[in-house]
Parts: sequence; structure tokens; C-alpha cells
Amino acid sequence: MAPQFVKATFQIENGPSHEGISFGAQQSAAGEAVFTTSLVGYPESMTDPSYKGQILVFTQPLIGNYGVPSGEIRDEFNLLKYYESPSVHVVGIVVAEYAWKYSHWTAVQSLSEWCIKEGVAAITGVDTRSVVQYLREQGSSLGRIVVDDGKPAPAYVDTMKERLVAKVSTKQPYYISGANGAATANIAVIDCGVKENIVRCLAERGANVTVFPHDYPVQDVAQQFDGVFISNGPGDPSLCTPTVEVLKVLLQDPKFERLPIFGICMGHQLLAIAAGASAIKMKYGNRAHNIPALDLTTGQCHITSQNHGYAIDADTLPENGFKPYFVNLNDGSNEGIIHTSKPIFSTQFHPEAKGGPMDSAVLFDKFFDNIAAYQKVKSSSAKTTVAFEVPVQTMATERVL
Amino acid sequence: MSIYESTVPTTSAFNTADYKPQLVKGVESVLVIGSGGLSIGQAGEFDYSGSQAIKALKEANKRTILINPNIATNQTSHALADEIYYLPVTPEYITYIIERERPDAILLTFGGQTGLNCGVALDKMGVLEKYNVKVLGTPIKTLETSEDRDLFAQALKEINIPTAESFACETIDDALIAAERVGYPVIVRSAYALGGLGSGFANNELEMKQLAAQALSLSPQILVEKSLKGWKEVEYEVVRDRVGNCITVCNMENFDPLGVHTGDSIVFAPSQTLSDEEFHMLRTAAIKIIRHLGVVGECNVQYALQPDGLDYRVIEVNARLSRSSALASKATGYPLAYTAAKIALGYTLPELPNPVTKTTVANFEPSLDYIVAKIPRWDLAKFQHVNRNVGSAMKSVGEVMAIGRNFEEAFQKAIRQIDPSFLGFQGSDEFGDDLDEVLANPTDRRWLALGQALIYEGYSVEKVHELSKVDAWFLHKCMNMVEMYKELDAVNSLEALDKELLMRAKKMGFSDKQIAISINKNTEGKVQELDVRKYRKSFGITPFVKKIDTLAAEFPANTNYLYTTYNATKNDVEFDDKGMLVLGSGVYRIGSSVEFDWCAVNTARALRESGKKTVMINYNPETVSTDFDEVDRLYFEELSFERVMDIYELENSEGCIISVGGQLPQNIALKLQDDGAKILGTNPIDIDRAENRHKFSSILDSIGVDQPEWSELSSVVEAEEFSNRVGYPVLIRPSYVLSGAAMSVVNSEDELLTKLTNASDVSPDHPVVISKFIEGAQEIDVDAVAYNGEVLVHAISEHVENAGVHSGDATLILPPQSLSQEIKDRLYDIAKKVAKAWKITGPYNMQIIKDDRNEGTTLKVIECNIRASRSFPFVSKVLGCNFIDAAVKAFIGEDVPKPVNLMDQKYPYVATKVPQFSFTRLAGADPFLGVEMASTGEVASFGKDALESYWTAMQSTMNFNVPLPPSGILFGGDLSKDYLGQVSGLVAGLGFKVYVTSEATKAYLEKFVPSDCAVVIIEFPKNDKRKLRELFQHYDIKAVFNLAAKRAESLEDVDYVMRRNAIDFALPLFNEPLTALLFAKALTQKVGEKLKILESTDVIVPPEVLTWHEWIGQRPM
Repeated sequence: MAPQFVKATFQIENGPSHEGISFGAQQSAAGEAVFTTSLVGYPESMTDPSYKGQILVFTQPLIGNYGVPSGEIRDEFNLLKYYESPSVHVVGIVVAEYAWKYSHWTAVQSLSEWCIKEGVAAITGVDTRSVVQYLREQGSSLGRIVVDDGKPAPAYVDTMKERLVAKVSTKQPYYISGANGAATANIAVIDCGVKENIVRCLAERGANVTVFPHDYPVQDVAQQFDGVFISNGPGDPSLCTPTVEVLKVLLQDPKFERLPIFGICMGHQLLAIAAGASAIKMKYGNRAHNIPALDLTTGQCHITSQNHGYAIDADTLPENGFKPYFVNLNDGSNEGIIHTSKPIFSTQFHPEAKGGPMDSAVLFDKFFDNIAAYQKVKSSSAKTTVAFEVPVQTMATERVL
Repeated sequence: MSIYESTVPTTSAFNTADYKPQLVKGVESVLVIGSGGLSIGQAGEFDYSGSQAIKALKEANKRTILINPNIATNQTSHALADEIYYLPVTPEYITYIIERERPDAILLTFGGQTGLNCGVALDKMGVLEKYNVKVLGTPIKTLETSEDRDLFAQALKEINIPTAESFACETIDDALIAAERVGYPVIVRSAYALGGLGSGFANNELEMKQLAAQALSLSPQILVEKSLKGWKEVEYEVVRDRVGNCITVCNMENFDPLGVHTGDSIVFAPSQTLSDEEFHMLRTAAIKIIRHLGVVGECNVQYALQPDGLDYRVIEVNARLSRSSALASKATGYPLAYTAAKIALGYTLPELPNPVTKTTVANFEPSLDYIVAKIPRWDLAKFQHVNRNVGSAMKSVGEVMAIGRNFEEAFQKAIRQIDPSFLGFQGSDEFGDDLDEVLANPTDRRWLALGQALIYEGYSVEKVHELSKVDAWFLHKCMNMVEMYKELDAVNSLEALDKELLMRAKKMGFSDKQIAISINKNTEGKVQELDVRKYRKSFGITPFVKKIDTLAAEFPANTNYLYTTYNATKNDVEFDDKGMLVLGSGVYRIGSSVEFDWCAVNTARALRESGKKTVMINYNPETVSTDFDEVDRLYFEELSFERVMDIYELENSEGCIISVGGQLPQNIALKLQDDGAKILGTNPIDIDRAENRHKFSSILDSIGVDQPEWSELSSVVEAEEFSNRVGYPVLIRPSYVLSGAAMSVVNSEDELLTKLTNASDVSPDHPVVISKFIEGAQEIDVDAVAYNGEVLVHAISEHVENAGVHSGDATLILPPQSLSQEIKDRLYDIAKKVAKAWKITGPYNMQIIKDDRNEGTTLKVIECNIRASRSFPFVSKVLGCNFIDAAVKAFIGEDVPKPVNLMDQKYPYVATKVPQFSFTRLAGADPFLGVEMASTGEVASFGKDALESYWTAMQSTMNFNVPLPPSGILFGGDLSKDYLGQVSGLVAGLGFKVYVTSEATKAYLEKFVPSDCAVVIIEFPKNDKRKLRELFQHYDIKAVFNLAAKRAESLEDVDYVMRRNAIDFALPLFNEPLTALLFAKALTQKVGEKLKILESTDVIVPPEVLTWHEWIGQRPM
């Protein structure tokens, strides 16, 4: 016989309501409703801190097929092998057809079991295509998944008004030793909600990575590092003043003139804001694995993984210094900036993938090329070299939440 | 040296003011290589890809010259190509065309393996260099690397991409050593072979010996690899432009794990059981591979993926458009062939718009918000002695594609599309104790075995997975349907079926009929499909319509590519078109293929030209009719009554055309009309009067048109009496047949009793009719179009073979060469009488026998189909008059042309259509012609007379090498008539050596061959393939004439062995007396010329090398 299902409803504020079946936690949830057109990678997306507080609608109708892998297994860098952070950040997911039975060699539990454990609301049986059409026309909207649990429905909440970065950023610095102890560089990561794979991309290329909280005065230690990286993160970039202030110093102080800087997603936006540009909220954002980003310096087009609701208005970039680096060929939005003389660049998309295509991973190599050049300059002028004295050995070895 | 001036990308695409695509310079005319006759492994998908390529070239104002003898295709039309040659797709004939046309460039990757092989050969021969012909798109070197397993493995090794370890072997002994090294089980593949021909698995030395012998007979080199049976099989379709931009348009996952050729596998797109890690690991590798190989255009990469780890192997790379790319194109809506052609001209991906959304660029990867199921269609039951196991060599003749919002919906739609007799996911009790065996060693019926195991035999998902290695995810989804069956079985009346359950059943893709049968299962109930339909509509349960827009609705797209689903709450489109429904042909199968797609496409074009809105329904991914730019709305949907009626009602359609898609739409015509649909053309009630054998014969009697003596059979006794009276042989058949299924010739009373039981089993609703089977008489095909019972146009084609060979397997000559004007006028008269009696409006076709047995000549109608027939494109193109265009004008009653007699005019040319067989692919099958159709395709060529056109047409069939003297020819078969003798007399006179295998044949032939010609008996080792091969080589045997009187009874039959080995050794085989004789005559007329041309150092163009328009003096269609 058919299992006894709990009914649930997915509602959009001032918009349509969809009936479905709950397969997640027995609790309702509210947040900004966003959609992704990615075909695979639901565990990666759900643990991506950039999705903090959002309700994620999947256009791929069949979700849960390969279950959920372990959140315990760690790789040689002590990074989570299958998750992008230790917990789920979306508050709810909306799918067309949940796979009640899964099959995969890495799976340790079903998506349903995971959602229940993590307190995530989940609804299946929704015409997600019509939801996307609504969001596409109306723009970003608030939504809620109301689970039939006898309690009153939660109020709609606009999490974009919250300082989400502060919620997901590590509370204390932590240290990842790269390349099996044979690392050749030290990188400072400003954590706005960093994905595990970003840290991995740095560590496996031969860097020891020190991850700092989003509001840490990195300018005080930056000289000791070979490069600074600003991570992805959730929410409105205009609420990230502490990080922007740090970046302004890094951009303006002549002693950082040759310091390589690389930012991804939120990191890109904050870097651009620090440089004087402004961010805009997009109508419904770009969340997908199939977006063409054209490299304006070479003409090469990359297929990219994206997840953002805000974008930099390229027209507001100051005349001197930065230029647009990548452009989105679908909607013309800015996908990155590059400094005309300093080793600084950033991308709106995610070269680290997880999930999504890995075409643009070469940008990490570019960052490391910049680092190598910087190290060469530093070694040739020994007097300006600042010794690396950050007490990494006493630091935590994973993010502190 | 690349033909592309730059391999460096530019940003001009983004900055539209600077938009300057750097196209290949100096290209005004392009020669496009078609793929020839439809065969197993190379079918309609190349009509689609070639057509899209030509559209792209036309847009760029290039003059296109097409070579393709497949006259039934859409691409061989002046609506597309500027010049068309109906000639053999061989390096020889392509050279003649290059000599005549001097094209600037050539496209090799749109004509399947045939086109690719020709390109490689032309390059080796130095032809391309000599005439300075540029190869557009992927360069020859890349094609060679991708085709030669050794070079390929080397190339992939350079970039650390793992391939299955592979050893190239040229002898059986080497192959055995290689097999020992990689360890059994091993897989054997032949290089340069399409669809895995000559490939197979061997589990031990004995099997390996046989397999290697067979494979080496087809290819000079074979590859021995470790078998990865049980691994997942995944494919990626990749596109790369000249500057290295890459996208993967689609990935697909096979339901059947590795071991079954991908063409014979059930496939789902996108992949369903792969994690992000696996999906992108393989995607990244695919891009790395095509960048390294230097593909410019489209490419397909096939992988084996470890089911419990991240290990993988590249199985194959096809650096050309393929069956999979056609499927990917239809599955995503991304026009792969069109884009590949544009890229070949030098455009880069960011420079091209996404033709579906028009607002975004082609440089993106489609995101699917639905699931696509593909299931192959086999017709193995039509062949005798054929091995039904499916494995590494492809055997299917077609495929279907279904779209749903969940697995169950897509899978069940696809199953019904394969054959309307399937209800959906179901079992079959045919397996008995072999169930486990079939699950483990797949046959064409494995999915039924799977259904049987899960639905009826109580197998667990684990057990079925253990046996079949099908991923448990798929099996769990199948279990959802099993559970639904249980729920429905528990419902014992329609009233007891609650709305919620009905809704869930519909969401899982259950058809109304399937639900009705489930309700009736445990009761005496007689719930009908229509009752369920009415009941469900009373709840407002009807399907929704969704778009395929390549971007999962992320951007608005004004696309017309649609499917229906119950897993929705909103329609994507509004219904205010009131378009005309055109029902396509469905799956390609023996008896119904690309010719009906030509009919459907031409119908839609004619309707659009008349200002009508068009709605196409079809589900065949290999077709042009399912291209988004052919119609106003395209529903990629089932051609069942239920779905067609759903769409008719949704669209508020003005009418429905059911007579251009072959038999499939015809079968639901009456039901559609009864339910209120307006059917254009002949009334389905009248159509039924032709389909029903009893009504049909009675009407013929009443209008004074002759037919063979017939009777409707209601008891065995009556049947015996009738048969004895008219004399054996007799023909027994049920009504509503296509391609002669279940029709059989009965030679004796004993046979009658057995066959009768079979025939009754086939179609209990329609009684069986027996008619006198007339032997030794000529058969004639009449194709015609009428309007309100008046004939508008008609064509008379004569068969070369006598009656008894299925008309689909027959050689047709048009205009007829042996019929007097008086006979032609009498045939016209019959056509007029039939049109009037059945009140025909639209197309129809008759088969008529010219019976000279008694005094005078009688013309007897043996078959009449009130619909377009498979010869419509042939007669339209040969006579230069589009019969479908006339039919459409008749349907809508506008601009109806004046009646014209096309058959009392003189034509300074003759065209011959010959069948294309695929016996090579069907190991063991007896190459024998009978009332069961066996051919998979057709080709046609023009000539100044019948001999020249037949000569060219025969060379146009795949891998046909004209035997040249002084090679040997092997004779055998029926000695009771003079035919074999006449043939031997003709060819012996040309200097061929004559070989036989028996004293009797020797004695018989010696009466016919010149006295100085020796008839040599050769010892025939029937069971030793290798010795046979050596023997054929030793005697330099280059053709076999084995005139079969009847099918082989056993595998030991020497005639069977002779015929079968001719096929296995890729030699021309003539197994029918009149075509054998015609070819012998053609040889006497043409072989001298051929030898002269081949020996000449200059390129001499033979007289048959003329364009279509040069032959017929006009450019129609």
C-alpha cells in the first residue's frame, strides 16, 4: 500500500500556493525562495553556506536519486569529503519528484532522513517549472513551506535583511596544512561562508591555508601571507561592511601593492565594492551549472557554476584600476573584475565547482601564478619580507561555529 | 594545416559592434555526404542531421551539393539542397561528383560511419588534395585517430584518460594471445565498423576462436579488450568550436549496464544515478578528450563507469554526428547538427545564438527539467535462425523517445510507443524457467522479463539487480509501478476508483486502457478505455502541456517544442491556434520508416504554405518531422488514441490528418472520429472498408475489379475446402497488417493447420482471410491521390520480382518498362474505380498482380491501403510531382489540382528503387525473401534505361562491391527452373570463374555456360567459418548467386550456409531469380565500361553520374 504521507504546502508571498507531500522535517520553514537549474549536486548545494536561510527550488524534477553521502568523512586536508560545510544551510527544499528509494555507493542515508535530522523542510510533488516561471516573472520572492503539523504557518521572512555572513563565517581562525606538509605558500582566506572545496583547491595546489573570520583585521597580518582570498557567502553584500573595510586597506595601502588577491562570488562583490563599485539585487539571481561566462581578456568562454542573487554593476567600476574580467553571455551581467596593474581579480561564478563544471578551475592556477611571482619579488628584496609568524599551530583545524 | 585561419578566440561575440565571425575563406559550394539506405546501425538520424546541416549552410548562402541515394529522405529535396545526386556513397562515385562539381569544401560528419569512412578513403587516395577540397569541421586526422583503436588509445594515454586495455590483432592466433593477456571475459571489436558490427563477447578460448574468425572476416583488424560487463554506461555529447570553446550538450545514462550496445540499450537523459562528482569527472574528461583530439563540431564520448567507485574507462569516441547526438538533440531541444555545421563554417559558440530561446547564446549547456526515456525497437521475430541476444553488436531497427516529469511517466510512454500492443510497464509469461537467464543475458525482451520478475514472480529489487546489474534506482522506480498495479487491481469497478488514486496512476504514466484492464482483472467487469477516459475527465484530470526550452524555464523562450504530463498544475502554452494535427509515423521499424517521415514533413509544409497552422505529433528522435522548425507546434508524444485525442481537445484542433504516417495513425482513425475528432481526407469508415478484408473483397467484387479468389475463414474445415478448391499455395492473413506480419504462404494442408493457429493468435478481433496465392506473375504498385473519389494523380511502378516477394522488399521500376499503354490504361481505370468506390480523398496505394496464366491478361488487386505508402517519395521524386502536396490540397479542398494522367507521358529516364537489407547485422538470419518484409531501407538511382538505373541502384546499397572479371562467382540454389542457368551463361561469358558446390549444380550449369568455361566444384566446409573464409579468398569469390526456392529448414542446409556466408563475408548476394537475371544483364552492359574507367589514370565520369534535376529536367520539391 501507499505510504501514509504528510501533506505540505509551498506558498509564495502574494503568489501561488502549491500542494505537495512533506519528506523532510516535521516543521514549517520560511525564507527567500530561489531556484537552481543544476542537474546534480543537491548535497553540495544544500551545504553551501551561500544558501543560508533560503528555500531552494530544484528545476531538475528527480531529486534524492543518489541519497546523501557521509558528512563525517574527511580528506587528507581534514576537509569534508562530500559536504561543502558541516551543516545544511537552506531552510527548505522544493522538488517535483522525490526519490523515496536511493541507490549509490557513497550514500549513507536518504535525502529525507538527512532533512529530518537537519531540521530542513522539504516538499515534493510541486510543479517546480511553474514556480520558476513565477519567480522569473515576479523576481525574487519570499516563500514558506508549511508542513501540516497543526501549528500556525510561520511568517514570511526576508533573510536578505539579515547579516547572514556573520552567521556562517568561522568564529575563530583555523588552519589547513596543504600539500601534505610540502606547501610552498601561505594564503589567508577571509571567510564569508567558504565552501570546503575552495579551501581544498588552494591546499591541493600547495598552500597552507589560514581561514579568518569575515571581520578579522586581516590587514594586520596580510603582509605575512603570499596571497589573500575572499570567499563566497550568503546575503546582501552591502551588509558586509567589516570585510569591505579590510579590503579597502588591502587595495589602498601601498605596502599591499603586489599582494595577490582573488575573490569568488561574495568575495568578488566585496572586492568590487571596496574598489568603489556598487552592487545591485538581481531580479531572480543566477543559480545554475550551465552559465556561459566570457573571458574578456582572451575571448574564451567557460561554462560556470553560479549561485548569487546580487551582482556588481560593471558601469560603476572606477575608471582607473579595475576592468570587467568576465561577462555573462546570457544576461550580460558582470562575472568578474581584474586589476589592470595589480595581481588582483575576482569572479562572480564558482571556479571551485562542487557542484558544477570544473572548466574555470584554471583561475586557481592563475592565482598561484600570481603568488609565485609575488614570492619571487619578495625573495629578491629580502628587507621588505615579513616573516610568517601567525600562530597557526595553535589554531583550530576546522571551522569554528 | 588547419583550414581555420585562427584558433584564438576573440571577444567579438560579446561586443556586437565588433561582431566579425572569421569564417573559412573561399567556400562557396559544399559537398555534403549522406549516409545512404537505412540499415541497422545507420538509420533515420542521418536524415535529420544532414537536413539540419544543409539548413545551416543555406543560411550562410552556400551552394550545397548532396550525394545520397536514399530517395525517401527529406534531405534529398530541393527545398534543402541545391543539387542532389542519387548515387552510391562510395569514394569512387564521390570522386566523379567532385570531378564534375569542383566543390570548395566537403562535409563528412553528417553521413554516419559511411560518410566518415568515405572521407578517410578520399583523403588517402589523394582526391581531396588533388581537387583542393577543404574538409569542413573536424579534420581528417582527428577522424582517423578516433576510428583507429590503437591511435585512439595512444592519444588518450597522452592526456591520462583511461581506455579499456586493448590489443589490435590481425590474426586469430594473435587474438587468442591478446585474450589470454587481458583475461576472459573479453570483448572483440572491429576497427572501422559502424554500430559495433562484428563485435562480441567471448568467455573462453573456444568462443574467442569463433568470434575472432567472424570479426576478421569483416575487418582487417580487430581489438581485444577486457570486458567491463556490469559497469554503468554513460555518454556525453560534446561540442567544440575552432577556438576551443567546449560544451557538453547532454549526458545520458543507459538503463542496461555495459555489455549491451548503446544503440540496443534503454537510455535515460540526463543521467539519474550519478552524483555531482561522477557527472563532472566524466564531463571534464570528455572536454579534455575533444580538445586533445581537435574536434571541430560535434563528438560523442562513451564511458564505462565503475558502479561502486570512481574508476572509469572511455569505450568509444565518435567524432561525428551519431544516433546518440540525434537523441541528445531531441532530448534537449539543442539543434546539435545545425550548430555543428555552423561551427564547421568557422563560427564560434559564443557567436551563435541559442536558436530555441533566441535571446541567449549557443555557448551554454541545456538544463532539463524533465526526464527522457529512449527504448530501441527490434524486429528480430521477422527473421529465421536469428540470435535474439543483444550484446555488443547492434540489432535494433529504430528507437522511440518519451518525455515525462518522472521516470515512470517517461518509461511507460516509451514502452507503449515501441508497440501499441504493450500497455506500459508489464510482464510476459513467455520466459518460463528461462527468466533468470534472460535477466542475466539480455535479449530484446529483457524489459518484459524484468516486468515479469517484479510484477508476477515476486522477485526483490536486490535479486533482479543481482541478475541483471541494472542499477537499483531504476528497479525501485519500477517497483512504484508494481505497487500501483496492486492498488489498481484491488479496485473492482470504475465507481470504486477514487480521484486520488486515479490521479496518482496518471502521474505514473498509466494509460486509460491500462487502468481499465487492471480494474477488470479480478472481476467480470468490462470497463473500457473510453469509460476510464470519461470518468477521469469528469474529475477534470487531463494532461498539462510543457515546453522543452533548453533552460528549464530560467529564461522566457518562445519555443513550440512540447510534451504532455500529469505531473504539473499549469500549461506553458495557450491554445488559440486551432492547428491541424498531423500524425507522424512513430518508431522506424521494418515496413515503416523514413518514407513516412518524408510524407509527414511534406504534409506539414504544404499545410503551412496554404496558411494553415500545423501541429505535429510524433515520438521518433530520428526524424525531421520532430525538428522544431518544421511545424507551428510539435508534440513529442505518443500516437495512441488517448494522447492524440487529449491533444486534439486541448488544441481545439480544426482537423486531424491520419493518412500520411503509415499504418500506426491509421489504426486509431476510426476511434478518433467516433470520439468527435474531424478526420481530414477519406472517411475512416471507408478506410475501414479497405482494411477489413471481407468488406474489401466484397466491394471489389461489386465494382467489377478482379482479385485472386478469396474467402473469409470462420472454421478450419471451410479453410481446407476452400484451399483444396483453388489449389495450393494459398495466402492466409489477418486484417490490419503492415509489412506482412503474420501473413504467410501455405503450400499444403498440413501447413495450413499449423499456420492457421498462429494467424488466429495474432488478431482474434479480425477474422482471417484466405486467398489464392498466384505464383510466377508480375506485381505492380499503383500510388495515387484522389479528391472526392476522383483520381488526381497516379503512378504505376512495376516490380522486378514476381508476386510473393513482399512489396517492401521488391525492386521497383518507374516509369514501367514492360507494360503496354493498354495495361497502363486498365490500371488507371482500376485506380479510378477504387477511388470512387471508397470515396477517397487523399493518398492511397494498391498492389496489383498481372496474371497472364490464362488467356488474356487479368489485373488482380491484392492489396489496397487508403493512406500514403512507402513509395510516395519515390514516385513523387521520379515523376517530379509531389503526391503529398496534391493530397494536402485534396484534404483541405483548396487549390485542388486538375486530374492529370502522368502515366501516358514519355520520360527520357528510368529510376529503380532497390531494398537495403541489414542481414549483416542479424547473425544467423537466413537472407531469404518472402511475404514477410525483411529490408530496413531503400535506395534509388536514375539511369537512361532500366539496366543502368538498376546497376547504379545496386551499387548504392551498402558495401556493395561490383564483382569484376576474372574473379570467381559461386552458384547454388534452385535448379528446377532456368534462371540460375541463364545467369551463369551471362556472367561466364564475361570472363568470371564459375564455382558450385555439388555435382548436380555442375551438371545443370554446364548446359548454359559456354563450352570453354569450366564449372568447378569446391569442397564446402559448412561448419568452419575460418576455412570457409580461406576458401572464398582462395577462389577469389566476389559474388554469390543462390536462388532460394524456400527458407532453409536447418542450419546445415548448404544453400543457407552459402547465402549466410555471402552476407558474413560482405559479398553481393543474389537470392531471387529475376533480380539476379537483371543484374547479370546489367553486368554485361556495364562491366566493360566500369573496367575501362577503373583502369584509366584520368578520372572518367560514367554516364549515370547526373544530378536529379539533370535527369528529370526540373527542380521540384
